[in-house]
Amino acid sequence: MNMLSLAITGTLVLYAIAMAIGALRLFSGPSAQDRVLAMDFIYVVGMLAMLVLAIRYDSEMYFEAALLMVLFGFVGSVALAKFLLRGEVV
Amino acid sequence: MASLLPALAEIVVAVLLLGSGLVVLVAALGLWRLPDFFLRMHAPALASTLAAWIVTFASIVHFSARGEGLSLHVWLIIIVLSITAPVTTIVLARAALFRRRQAGDDLPAPLKARR
Repeated sequence: MNMLSLAITGTLVLYAIAMAIGALRLFSGPSAQDRVLAMDFIYVVGMLAMLVLAIRYDSEMYFEAALLMVLFGFVGSVALAKFLLRGEVV
Repeated sequence: MASLLPALAEIVVAVLLLGSGLVVLVAALGLWRLPDFFLRMHAPALASTLAAWIVTFASIVHFSARGEGLSLHVWLIIIVLSITAPVTTIVLARAALFRRRQAGDDLPAPLKARR
C-alpha cells in the first residue's frame, strides 16, 4: 500500500503542476481562444485527478463526478466557442 | 497466488499512474511553449486521449484486482470523452479561424485540393 500511495501522491503533484501551467496560459493567453483552450485543458486534468482520487479512496462514487466533469467541461467549452464564433451562445 | 495478484496489480497501477502524470505534464508544457494557437491546439489532446486511457486502465486494474469480478464501467468516461473532445476541438478551431480572419491577421495556409 505504501508504494501505491506514494505513486498517487506523485501523480497528483504532477497534475497540480500541469494545472498551474494551464492556469498560466489561462491568465496570460494572448487571445480569447487560448483562454478557452486552457480552461478545457484544466477541466480534463481535474477529471483525471477525480479518477486518481477514486483509486486513492477506493470508492466508486468519484466516477460519477468525473463523468459530470467531462459533460460540463464539454458544454462550457462549446458554449464559449460558439460565443467567440458569433457573439451569441445558441 | 492469491496474495501475489494484488501486489502485482499495485505495481502496475503505480506505474500507469506515474506515466499518466508525465503525459499530462508534457501536454501542459506543449500548451505553454508552442508559439501559435493552431499549434497549441494539439497539446491538450494528449491529455484527453492518452492520459485518460492510461488512467482508465489503471482504475480497471485496481478495481478488478479486489476479487469482485471485472469492473468495466470506467469505459464510460473514455467513450464520452472520445465523443466530446473532437467536437470541442473543431468548434474552437473554427471560432479561432473566424476571429483571425475578422481581425485581418495572417492565416495558416489552406490545404491544397488533390487532383
